[in-house]
Amino acid sequence: MRERQASQGARRAREFEAFVAGAAGRLLHAATLLTAEAPDDNPRARRLLTLSLAHTYACWDRLRGEDPYDHARQCLAARFARAAWHQYGGLGRGRPHPGSALGALAPQERLIVVLRLYEGVAEEQAAALLGLPTERVRTICDRATATLLHPPRGPVPQVAKAKVAPS
Amino acid sequence: MNRPEREAAVRRIMDAAPPQMPPELYADVVRRGGRMLRRRRTARRLMWLLLWAAIVTFTVWALMAHPWVEPPSETTPPLTGW
Repeated sequence: MRERQASQGARRAREFEAFVAGAAGRLLHAATLLTAEAPDDNPRARRLLTLSLAHTYACWDRLRGEDPYDHARQCLAARFARAAWHQYGGLGRGRPHPGSALGALAPQERLIVVLRLYEGVAEEQAAALLGLPTERVRTICDRATATLLHPPRGPVPQVAKAKVAPS
Repeated sequence: MNRPEREAAVRRIMDAAPPQMPPELYADVVRRGGRMLRRRRTARRLMWLLLWAAIVTFTVWALMAHPWVEPPSETTPPLTGW
């Protein structure tokens, strides 16, 4: 009994290590895009990825036939959506880094762009994952694409206020 | 620009700078995941133990108290002397 458990544990560790070696790079890139951090300084993305992969590791034996990559990606998206909800308007924690590719977008737009275009998830699946109607996902994706390709100009620099002539 | 071209352009923007893999990530993941597994196992065992204890308690109580036997009536006075 104990031997069987040990051999099962070793097999799981081997399989999981192979999975992480293959998938972690791509998932880390996705997480870094989501959190809008610089590629070489991404503590939030690492934490997000670590927690998602730990969850996948804990569920590894119950994933019969399911794609572990899919599971990890779903964990990542759900965790990010929850965190973005709680930090909405937080005190500077969610402030995008200027060096990130998706820094100009809102958290939900980033999530949809990453799921749809970077990960290639179908519109219906992304909508089901986020609990939104499919049309809404398409609209947000189009709007985010337009924002990325034609970045809106920053606020017009204010003309120096006309000084009130002392009189 | 039509939709596929725009999507391809966005993909190019996103693929630009892949981040470095931190070397300690795997160990961290296994540590956290293992802790999660152990906690779940403990919780499951505790639940089974509780269920088992409840079943045993109920059985012992039922065998001692015989709740299915109708209790003797207490409203009618005992019929004596006729």
